[in-house]
Amino acid sequence: MTTTPEPHPDLARASREEELRDREVPVIEPGHDFASVTEKISALVLTRKTPRTWWIGFGIGFLLLQLMLVAIANLLFRGIGVWGPNVPVGWGMDIINFVWWIGIGHAGTLISAILLLLRQDWRTSINRFAEAMTLFAVACAAFYPVFHTGRPWLAIYWLFPYPNTMGLWPNFRSPLIWDVFAVSTYATVSALFWFIGLIPDFATLRDRARNKRSAVVYGMLAMGWRGSAKHWHNYETAYLLLAGLATPLVVSVHTVVSFDFAVGIVPGWHATIFPPYFVAGAIYAGFAMVLTLCIPLRKFYGLEDFITMRHLENMAKVMLATGLIVAYGYMMEAFMAWYSANPYEKFMILNRMTGPYRHMYWALILCNVIAPNTLWIKNLRTNVPYLFLMSFVVSVGMWLERYVIIVTSLHRDFLPSSWGMYRGTMYDWSAFIGTIGLFVTLLFLFIRFLPVISIFEMRTILPAAELPEPTAPRAAEGHP
Amino acid sequence: MSDETADLTGLRRRMDGQAGRRYWQSLDELAETPEFLAFLHREFPENASEFEDPAGRRQFLKIMGASLALAGLAGCTRQPEEKIVPFVRAPEDMIPGRPLYFATALIDGGYAQGVLVESHMGRPTKIEGNPEHPASLGATDARSQADILNLYDPDRARTLTYLGDIRVWDDFVSALRGALDAQRPQGGAGLRILTETITSPSLAAQIAAILKDFPAAKWHQWNADGAHGARAGALLAFGRPTDTRYDFGRANVVLLLDADFASTGPGRVRYIRDHAATRTLSGGRNTMSRLYAVECTPGLMGSQADHRLRLKPSQMEEFTRALDGALAGGAAAGPWSAWIGPVVADLQANRGASIVMAGEYQPPAVHALAHAINARLGNEGATVFHSAPAEATPIDQIASIRDLAYDMDRGAVSLLVVLGGNPAFTAPSDLDFARKMDRVPLRVYHGLYEDETAERCHWNVPRAHSLEAWGDARAYDGTVTIQQPLIAPLYPGCKSPQEVLAAFSARPSVQGHDVVRDYWRASGRLGVDVERGWRRALHDGVVAGSASPAVAAGASAAPPPAPAAPATGGMEIVFRPDPTIGDGRHANNGWLQELPKPLTKLTWDNTAQMSPVTARRLGISMERTARGVTTDVVELRYRGRAVKAPAWILPGQPEDTVTVHFGYGRRRTGRVGAGTGFDAYALRTSDAPWSGAGLEVVKTGERYTLACTQDHWSMEHRDVVRAAPLPEYLAAPDYARKRAPDPPRELTMYPNYRYEGHAWGMSIDLNACVGCNACVVACQAENNIPVVGKQQVAMSREMHWLRIDRYYAGGESDPDTYHQPMMCVHCENAPCEVVCPVAATVHSDEGLNDMVYNRCVGTRYCSNNCPYKVRRFNFFLYSDFETTSYKLMRNPDVTVRSRGVMEKCTYCVQRINQAKMEATAAGRGLRDGDIVTACQAACPAQAIVFGDINDKESRVAKLKAEPRAYGVLAELNTRPRTTYLSAVRNPNAAMPPPAAGEPIDETKPLEAGHA
Repeated sequence: MTTTPEPHPDLARASREEELRDREVPVIEPGHDFASVTEKISALVLTRKTPRTWWIGFGIGFLLLQLMLVAIANLLFRGIGVWGPNVPVGWGMDIINFVWWIGIGHAGTLISAILLLLRQDWRTSINRFAEAMTLFAVACAAFYPVFHTGRPWLAIYWLFPYPNTMGLWPNFRSPLIWDVFAVSTYATVSALFWFIGLIPDFATLRDRARNKRSAVVYGMLAMGWRGSAKHWHNYETAYLLLAGLATPLVVSVHTVVSFDFAVGIVPGWHATIFPPYFVAGAIYAGFAMVLTLCIPLRKFYGLEDFITMRHLENMAKVMLATGLIVAYGYMMEAFMAWYSANPYEKFMILNRMTGPYRHMYWALILCNVIAPNTLWIKNLRTNVPYLFLMSFVVSVGMWLERYVIIVTSLHRDFLPSSWGMYRGTMYDWSAFIGTIGLFVTLLFLFIRFLPVISIFEMRTILPAAELPEPTAPRAAEGHP
Repeated sequence: MSDETADLTGLRRRMDGQAGRRYWQSLDELAETPEFLAFLHREFPENASEFEDPAGRRQFLKIMGASLALAGLAGCTRQPEEKIVPFVRAPEDMIPGRPLYFATALIDGGYAQGVLVESHMGRPTKIEGNPEHPASLGATDARSQADILNLYDPDRARTLTYLGDIRVWDDFVSALRGALDAQRPQGGAGLRILTETITSPSLAAQIAAILKDFPAAKWHQWNADGAHGARAGALLAFGRPTDTRYDFGRANVVLLLDADFASTGPGRVRYIRDHAATRTLSGGRNTMSRLYAVECTPGLMGSQADHRLRLKPSQMEEFTRALDGALAGGAAAGPWSAWIGPVVADLQANRGASIVMAGEYQPPAVHALAHAINARLGNEGATVFHSAPAEATPIDQIASIRDLAYDMDRGAVSLLVVLGGNPAFTAPSDLDFARKMDRVPLRVYHGLYEDETAERCHWNVPRAHSLEAWGDARAYDGTVTIQQPLIAPLYPGCKSPQEVLAAFSARPSVQGHDVVRDYWRASGRLGVDVERGWRRALHDGVVAGSASPAVAAGASAAPPPAPAAPATGGMEIVFRPDPTIGDGRHANNGWLQELPKPLTKLTWDNTAQMSPVTARRLGISMERTARGVTTDVVELRYRGRAVKAPAWILPGQPEDTVTVHFGYGRRRTGRVGAGTGFDAYALRTSDAPWSGAGLEVVKTGERYTLACTQDHWSMEHRDVVRAAPLPEYLAAPDYARKRAPDPPRELTMYPNYRYEGHAWGMSIDLNACVGCNACVVACQAENNIPVVGKQQVAMSREMHWLRIDRYYAGGESDPDTYHQPMMCVHCENAPCEVVCPVAATVHSDEGLNDMVYNRCVGTRYCSNNCPYKVRRFNFFLYSDFETTSYKLMRNPDVTVRSRGVMEKCTYCVQRINQAKMEATAAGRGLRDGDIVTACQAACPAQAIVFGDINDKESRVAKLKAEPRAYGVLAELNTRPRTTYLSAVRNPNAAMPPPAAGEPIDETKPLEAGHA
């Protein structure tokens, strides 16, 4: 990537052409200025009447959230046995859902941090709610590791290293402890990153507030932001630093989550390919979820100007790329099962393909390997209903992937005498649907009370923002 | 304070008076009493309501002041005025916290099983075998182990009742006396006593005395699972009742004619031990006995056999005749000649060192032929011994119960006294016994439970458990054990059979102890010093020299004439007692209900077992699901009767033969047994109690879910159980280890831990293990392992720390069957320990993989990572913390686990620590054999040996050095401390190969309908 002030004329021409081509599908529709951007986004929170659709969506989410509370109460009252795990399948939908939610949470950090560092402008209009989605997904995920234990009232703090009179520490060799650190770090950094990114917008909302109460609340959240050059300087430094901190987390969290399996000796878990393949899978799932959310959002809130086809297409491309990595992972699992000549591995992969859970496996291949390859076709990639459908297909596929990894590996491991079967109970499902309720509830609250798109960052990508500084790197690049 | 004060003492006294079935209603009933209302009114029993009214308050405060002044004299409630006398001189040997052991006997099928019972502060908690007892030699079977649970069963009959109303013993005695007085003029012609098989000399003497008083009265005996055929066979062969016992220790060749001596018969524990001793190859032995088994239904000994032949029941007699003919010098002919020829040659080569044993459930002719064959082979007096029967009065029990039913039906019985056995449920269905019972004007039942018979009887006298009563009984060889109680009856109304029969005598309320002791004092068998002899007999658990001497049985009569040709073709039915709950008497025993049946690994249900080929023909399919195994329900139509039963496909079952186990389908039992299984007695008739032709099997289209702990059949070509024929073993004794060598110990970045002191380890001999399940129940009893119920077992959540894996190899029609006890192998490199986030499972410096229940939060990661899948999780609160009687039963040395905690085999760490403390107290080091785990102690085959592998002289260290030793999944570098001695079979090269059938290599074995 070059920032040379005066590039070679040919290069400059090429760059210009590329830019023009990109501009055909811009990251912000023409005709907007600073005021209109600010007005349009802040109005969602401040002035527009809460639409009926919001109430419906929030109501559904809130109802499902109650299901989660019922599920938790039932679980605490009766025991983890209300869910489906057994011996040999000690983990079931609890950990499947945990990994699924954590995976979904990855898109947020990736979009906010890595794409920021890579100076991908198009991230701007989706990063805010992708980050929000991350936080909510992590909140949903965090529910499982605690409540899937036999004694959650102890697990909630015994997993942390805290000084105690018994001189007992957690077992630092256990990947579950690594998980505790990885997930809690991730949640903390994501929350900070999100909050810091919100500060200038809180100030905007404070300034535009129509009533005292919102002025006070947003004012407190804005933490005295006045938009001075010094504030902006500190802000940019902090934001970049956090982006730098968050970047390794994108890789580390799901790497650590994959260690839960890779460190175990269960055939189907014990594989070195797990970390990269899990990370790719997480980004894959995360982008699918961003699509699932932003397609209706831009539709209902008329944000097509800000979330343009270019965003959708880019996300489709990321899905395609990560989908291919995931497919490679599946291929390598099968290859290594044969190449290692390990009878247990070999049996495992054959059992996945032909055993009692074969439907799950082949549905997974359909969702995660075959379906994303249709995104090679530009017409499909830019077809909004198709993308919406694909985003669901991928989410289902990634859920199936975790089902296949966890259940089919455990249900037939080393000693055939202990083989068994697993099926989630209705309480497994109510907990899962309940976490979806939590997610939806939080998301609707977010849409109602916070700017879903970063106002100030959107302003920086307006053509108007470029004019005073024609050579500003942000406006001029995006390609080599 | 007024005298009327309702206090807790009074209430408690009132509640004490309430017992038995009214237990659950007592609160309601109490609520109606003035005392209870007063009690409710006064929240604090003594004085609370005084506080309400002013006058009383003054009084109250006065009293309070006085109470404070005398603080310490009274607690929250007024103490009852009882004299509490501490042990000024404690009972001999009683040290709080230390158990005592007492020798006694448990009665199973009328015979004594000699046991030592562990007693903690007066509470019997665990049953061990009595090393002095010839039928035990220190081991037990599963049913004896589980008997402790019957003792504490809250559903036991608790009170003496008349038509459901509570009565006292004296009421019963006077009612009985009245009825007896009415009988006296006719010499007791209307009196019938129905008992189970009785070997007890004192009981027999009591009955004899009654029959002397009432010469016209009759004594009937009925045991649904009795050895009816063996009794009649002995009569046929020798002309008089004769017991036959075998010395498997001296037999080189054994042929079993449907004789599963590991599962049935009073000598089973001893026989397993004797036979296993001839099969071991440890200590440099290179020969072993050979076992041939002919079976009508797959059994434990069939799975041990070197050669196995499946026959329909109707073919057994023909087969035995053919065998006899071939031994007599004729050429082997008939359909089985290829099989019989080499067997005959083998038997003849081992004259005097072979055994031909006919099964208890075979018809008399087969027994008579087997006796003749043994005589022919010179085995009599060498390996086969005859003696006077251990039974007090051996009779044809089928004829006996038939006579009784007939007499009842024609109104000839006016007083029926049933001593145990639940005949209303177990009697052959063609007798319609239960209905005929109703014609008897006065019926008395003495049973452990309020069962189907109890509900048809006027008087119900609750029976004292074997551990609560004095008694006596003989073992399979006639040895007498005086049965001494470990505890006073938990429910005061319970009586022993001796006490009930005493009600017929001039001393109706004599104690059981006096009956038994008076009998033995008078018997002259206790030696010169009677008191000393009595104490000696109690201490040892055997009356010295009471075994029946072997007698020459005389020339066996010629084999009986050939019967009419048996019905050929068509389906046949085989009846067997259930392998865990017996004839139904243990239906309310949760340990036995949940104990996987040795071959099917089913729990909580019985089935109609059929071979894979037959099942395919009938279109039966089974399907594994996450909620159990679902299977087709079939209707079994037999002799005009029909029952519906879930089908089960069992490899090794003879074709066109359906085996049903009776004992299930109880209509009236406790909370555990209710609603389990189907009633196979409904098909069982008195003329063909063990098998019959003419069965019709109809698929109903209904499905039924069964709870099975191991629904996979094969080993999937994995080296889990390693087996080889003897020649292969002799050529390469370490064949097992070579199949999957252990990874080198240097294959680690870390230095290996050095176990300096003790290093515990275990060795399990797969050649010895017959899969009898004794260890499983012993472990359950020792370690307070809960019962989870059918639904939880169906969800793969059973809690057994020790399980016995059953694998098939070869074809489905006639597979090789292997049993492998599997529990935590205490890996030195334990995969479970690394992954536990809270360090709740850690390694001890003696190599134990310890489980810290307090620390466990229940992530189940350890279980996922355990390649042996031996960890068990409390998904719910499985342990019963409520039922009072169970609290008495638990082993105080083992934690009762709560919900959400992982658990598993500890190598009986409580026993290890106890032995260490004892050794330290005695000022010596631990010796090999000081520590015996519960499974090891129970094992009749002595397959399990535990000890210190750092002590190179220990038994376990030597066994681990055997070439046969290998570790299961040791190739994963887990370094298991439990190793197995591989199985070696001793096939006869001249024998034809077994019928193959479809290979068992499946990954979906149960969908038999696929062909």
